[in-house]
Amino acid sequence: MDTSLSWIKAYVPDLECNAKEYTDAMTLSGTKVEGFKEFDKNLDKIVVGKINKIEKHPNADKLVVCQVQIDEDGTEVQIVTGAPNVKEGQKIPVVLDGGHVAGSHKDGESEKGYRIKKGKLRGVESFGMMCSIDELGSNSNMYPDADPDGIYILSDNPEYADAKIGSDAIELLGLHDVAFEYEITSNRVDCFGVLGIAREVAATFGKKFVPPVVTQTGNDEDVNKYISLEVKDPALCPRYTARVVKNIKLAPSPEWMQRRLASVGIRPINNIVDITNYVMEEYAQPMHAYDLDTIEDRKIVVRKAESGEKFTTLDGQERELDDTMLMICDGKKPIGLAGIMGGANSMITDNVTTMLFEAATFDGTNIRLTGKKLGMRTDAQAKFEKGLDPNNALEAMNRACQLVEELGAGEVVGGVVDFYPVKKEPINISYDADKINALLGTDISEEDMVKYFEAIDLIVDKDKKIVTVPTWRQDLERMADLAEEVARFYGYDKIPMTLPESSATTGGLSDKLKHEKIVRTVVEGYGFCEGMSFSFESPKVYDKLCLSEDDTLRKSIRINNPLGEDYSVMRTSALGGILSSLSTNYNRRNKNVRLYELANVYIPKEIPLSELPDERMQLALGMYGEGDFFTMKGVVEDVLYRLGLKEKAEYKPDAGKAYLHPGRQADIIYKKHNIGFIGEVHPVVQKSFEIGEKTYIAVIDMKAATDMADAYVKYQGVPKFPAITRDISLSMKKEVTAGEIEEIIRKAGGQLLESYELFDIYEGSQLLKGYKSLAYKIVLRAKDRTLTDSDANQIMDKIISSLAKKEVVLRQ
Amino acid sequence: MKNKLKAIMESAMAQIGASEKLDDLGDIKVSFLGKKGEITSLLKSMKDLAPEDRPKAGQMVNEARAKIEEKLTIRKKEFEQTMLEEKLAGETIDVTLPGKRLARGHRHPNTITLEEVEDIFIGMGYEVVEGPEIEKDYYNFEALNIPANHPAKDEQDTFYITKDILLRTQTSSVQVHEMEKGKLPIRMIAPGRVFRSDEVDATHSPTFHQIEGLVIDKNITFADLKGTLQEFAKRLFGEETKVKFRPHHFQFTEPSAEMDVSCFKCGGKGCRFCKGSGWVEILGCGMVHPHVLEMSGIDPEEYTGFAFGVGLERIALFKYEIDDMRLLYENDTRFLNQF
Repeated sequence: MDTSLSWIKAYVPDLECNAKEYTDAMTLSGTKVEGFKEFDKNLDKIVVGKINKIEKHPNADKLVVCQVQIDEDGTEVQIVTGAPNVKEGQKIPVVLDGGHVAGSHKDGESEKGYRIKKGKLRGVESFGMMCSIDELGSNSNMYPDADPDGIYILSDNPEYADAKIGSDAIELLGLHDVAFEYEITSNRVDCFGVLGIAREVAATFGKKFVPPVVTQTGNDEDVNKYISLEVKDPALCPRYTARVVKNIKLAPSPEWMQRRLASVGIRPINNIVDITNYVMEEYAQPMHAYDLDTIEDRKIVVRKAESGEKFTTLDGQERELDDTMLMICDGKKPIGLAGIMGGANSMITDNVTTMLFEAATFDGTNIRLTGKKLGMRTDAQAKFEKGLDPNNALEAMNRACQLVEELGAGEVVGGVVDFYPVKKEPINISYDADKINALLGTDISEEDMVKYFEAIDLIVDKDKKIVTVPTWRQDLERMADLAEEVARFYGYDKIPMTLPESSATTGGLSDKLKHEKIVRTVVEGYGFCEGMSFSFESPKVYDKLCLSEDDTLRKSIRINNPLGEDYSVMRTSALGGILSSLSTNYNRRNKNVRLYELANVYIPKEIPLSELPDERMQLALGMYGEGDFFTMKGVVEDVLYRLGLKEKAEYKPDAGKAYLHPGRQADIIYKKHNIGFIGEVHPVVQKSFEIGEKTYIAVIDMKAATDMADAYVKYQGVPKFPAITRDISLSMKKEVTAGEIEEIIRKAGGQLLESYELFDIYEGSQLLKGYKSLAYKIVLRAKDRTLTDSDANQIMDKIISSLAKKEVVLRQ
Repeated sequence: MKNKLKAIMESAMAQIGASEKLDDLGDIKVSFLGKKGEITSLLKSMKDLAPEDRPKAGQMVNEARAKIEEKLTIRKKEFEQTMLEEKLAGETIDVTLPGKRLARGHRHPNTITLEEVEDIFIGMGYEVVEGPEIEKDYYNFEALNIPANHPAKDEQDTFYITKDILLRTQTSSVQVHEMEKGKLPIRMIAPGRVFRSDEVDATHSPTFHQIEGLVIDKNITFADLKGTLQEFAKRLFGEETKVKFRPHHFQFTEPSAEMDVSCFKCGGKGCRFCKGSGWVEILGCGMVHPHVLEMSGIDPEEYTGFAFGVGLERIALFKYEIDDMRLLYENDTRFLNQF
């Protein structure tokens, strides 16, 4: 929403402020000014001049030398120009030596404008410049009377013909003005019009608000003889008003109207179109004009379209409609898409003689949905979508007719056709100054509150303590809303700052968040950087991961309206994200990359969803470069330990993950629960993600893991008695895993086994083919005595004999 | 005897003084004090003296012996000192060479920022809670006073899964879950991921994070909201930070406001970051709408509260002067290693 300062001042005549003060004050009272443009920022020393004489330039065919009168005393300056459209006797804008213009004819407006100094053009002195509209920072769209290819000939416009020579041309052209751009929130429908903003301005600055006085209009004919009305769907069209104007005389609208429209970026066209636009801006009520002679049966029917019905809007586009869309029709055919755009078949043309003005109210949601379905976005639609006040429609209609009469644009027929079955009434809200103060934490007097209410035209019954809210303020429903009005005009900045003095609460992180924090700290210690990926990804990721058709990871939640196929399914695993990130790093030649992500994954209970899915936090680790499977495994072991999973987890090979190396993958089992997996990425998958090095990943399901976490730590006494250490070197078939060996050692070692550690692995010529050797350091200790050799031997014998059952023997 | 001793002493002193290295001292010691050394010989020759002269001569020889030993010790210390100095001089290192560090990883700038925010609010007695990212329409919209077909719903460009299930567009949904638990008073913040159907560019991302705040208790005022958020801003951006509250509109708060903070880059003078205004818009907030309280079963006559929502990325981008939001989701380690 835009307004110019001059347009606001038309309704708040006593307003005196500069653009900055206006911006600050309005923003603080709730009408946020996003920015402003001062039209005269780069315009200086530009006056109305008159060309007294034009002579040929002695040295250039395309230039002429003009003697330009620049004041009423007859002072002349010589100006050389190449403009083709100058003639003796014309009045033009002239920038004098040392003056400033906002743009150039060729490039239009520029940020800092251009300084104009006297100089020589092909040897002839020139003391200024005659200006085109572009040089004044505007264009011929906004000043239709200006020649787009030459000097702006002011005297061609009857309204400027009598301008005093030497007077301020900027003033004459209405360029001593500022355009403000606002961010209007969706609840303030009234502020989508200049009048609504002006009311806020008046209240903010404590000035009088003077809205236009709309007078009775129309001749003594009866509009009902021209048109009849039938609204078939009152729910979608709560009000429809229509009036008729005959004997239309199309002409340019007056300068004041053109300037106001131009100041908010609307191109002046002709009096009728301009009035329609003007009233839409002023009252925030879109209007439409139909050529009455195109309306068959002289009848307006408001109905829903038929499914598949085709209609050509006035932009020439044929549109296919469905049966939810509201149409304006005549006795035979559709003539307008309600609230969005009129039809090509009924629009007013230069030959119009009689027209029908429409000001209606439509259901905002329906308009919004129709616009969305048809891919249309018009100014009218943007306003209707907000849900307009039906009481405003007739006021706007009458204002438009008043302007028609004032501008002499036609003869308004008496009376109005008005369909308005359920009148919208103002509502009453009671107020209680104490309660409002209690909510705001202020001490504002009731008197002041009443003053604020009245400043925005709320009607206050001080005895009953009731405010009557006009229907244009549909956002005011209860006392909290009134509290905001009080706060706005009292000043948000004046409300004190306190801290809640209420009951003390203990703050803190949830256990889940605490666990996540632990994980971050641990893995960062191992060189992993935290990454973040989108929660949605491409279903192609499943193929890149070589997942089988029936893999459960493929059972993902699809977004109904995704940004594209690449963002269309909610991730069921953090793998895709971590591998893509590794790939990005690899492509950018980053070495030794280690990344982790704490990623929520979304596991549907059924598809399509009928209840919310299971959201599970996964810790995903991925790395390439230095390190191998066991580097990654070490990180996982430490993470689990620090999370409180202090027992030894089992790493079960052949985890069945297609995306991992078949011989280098394991499920991580803790107390019989699967809590994740680890492995080297399968070379095919590694290739499909374009990572050129061996890549290792691990994924831990945080919930499964932390469900078994035991934060309890009991101090174990520092051993008082010495330990006995025995090294054993074992020979076995290759297939036997260290995990199996260790399980046997644990079981056979019993209470006195303090620890064991694998310190050597050997496979080679000294062993039989298909065999390997593992060497363990075994530490035995008793808590209550010094172990004897025979104690140790007994345990070692038990371990060795248990191992022998698995064909694991001491290496000779 | 006396003369002989004197000559020996002079010789010893001269030799010790002229010694060039530690080993020389050993030789000197042997040649004077050793079994066959000159002093030892002298002592041995004492038997040739008259018995009455012996004690005095013995004393003289012993004194001489002690002197030589003392001189040897001093000289030895000198040599050791020199050697140590030489050794240390040879061990000189280039202290400007880089230090050896463990290759630790780095937290994501979003997380660092979030943890700072969490710490501030935990210090003020707030609980940190979470809610589902895939959410029911009711919690994301309806219970927040945004009924079906309300234009505010469209403004948020929601991703839908089904008609009633969506990707939450705001962490405000967590407010409703907390209120429904029926445990009052409430002081919570709820950080989390939210989703809006915005194309990826330098300032937009379809996935980003918000931190929601909610306080509900008896006698909570708009002034409390202002004071709390001022405290937050000062702790996050520095004690000198100023705050400004502007009226705004949110469906689920009334009165509503947006809070600006004085630009922490230029201190409010106006710079590229604050687009010359000296202020940076940082969050939306307001008093919880009475209808929202009612819908969650809280009596607005008895309880009031305030709520606020901060964009996490917004703070992180400003704080670290990151000019392109896409960097946050590319996970390039050259970027991540900087935090």
